Amino acid sequence: MNQVLFFAELREKTGVYKVDVELTGFSVNQVKEWVAKDYSMPKVQDAMVAINEEFALNETIIENGDVIAFIPPVSGG
Amino acid sequence: MKKHYWISEKPLNIQGVVDLVIRPEAGAINTFIGTVREFTEGKQTLFLEYQAYASMAEKKMKEIGEEIEQKWPGSKIAMAHRVGRLDISEIAVVIAVSTPHRASSYEASRYAIERMKEMVPIWKKEHWEDGEEWIGDQKETKRGVPLEGEVT
Repeated sequence: MNQVLFFAELREKTGVYKVDVELTGFSVNQVKEWVAKDYSMPKVQDAMVAINEEFALNETIIENGDVIAFIPPVSGG
Repeated sequence: MKKHYWISEKPLNIQGVVDLVIRPEAGAINTFIGTVREFTEGKQTLFLEYQAYASMAEKKMKEIGEEIEQKWPGSKIAMAHRVGRLDISEIAVVIAVSTPHRASSYEASRYAIERMKEMVPIWKKEHWEDGEEWIGDQKETKRGVPLEGEVT
């Protein structure tokens, strides 16, 4: 099982903060496609993705227990 | 040991951040304070709302501190970022760097804030008279991962 987290604009547009879903074996890119489709969020393709708090590549494969966070462009400071 | 990198829901205490880097080996402490600006290109901000992926943000700030200790040997750094609703002139971020000599304290401080804007998962939402919007200005590489050394 996996956990998906949304922040900022993505959190507001999807209306959720956290989703429990089985994504093991999928690539980051496939997860992006799933979110884009299921939540009607084409902009999600531009977001970065972090797996277990580390930035991940589109090709990275999700493992069981991984926490996947969608990171829209940041603006701290 | 006290935390040197943290996200806070409460107002930031500047002296509290500075105190973390004071030590006998240092001859300089540079403090950067980021505050909420009222006017951006003529447009009036009413207030800002900051949100963070707190656990990852603290981890990434720590990584920035480690990069700085590598680049400017003998430096020590502390950084704190506020989240929640912030009114005009409230403090959003405090960075303190102490170094043996002053030149590197300026350089390291600048590096810290630029790097923070690139890779620390913190977002701000502008609230204006006529609307609101999440603002992002993160630089991204082709791979989608910000790399160390991209800041000059």
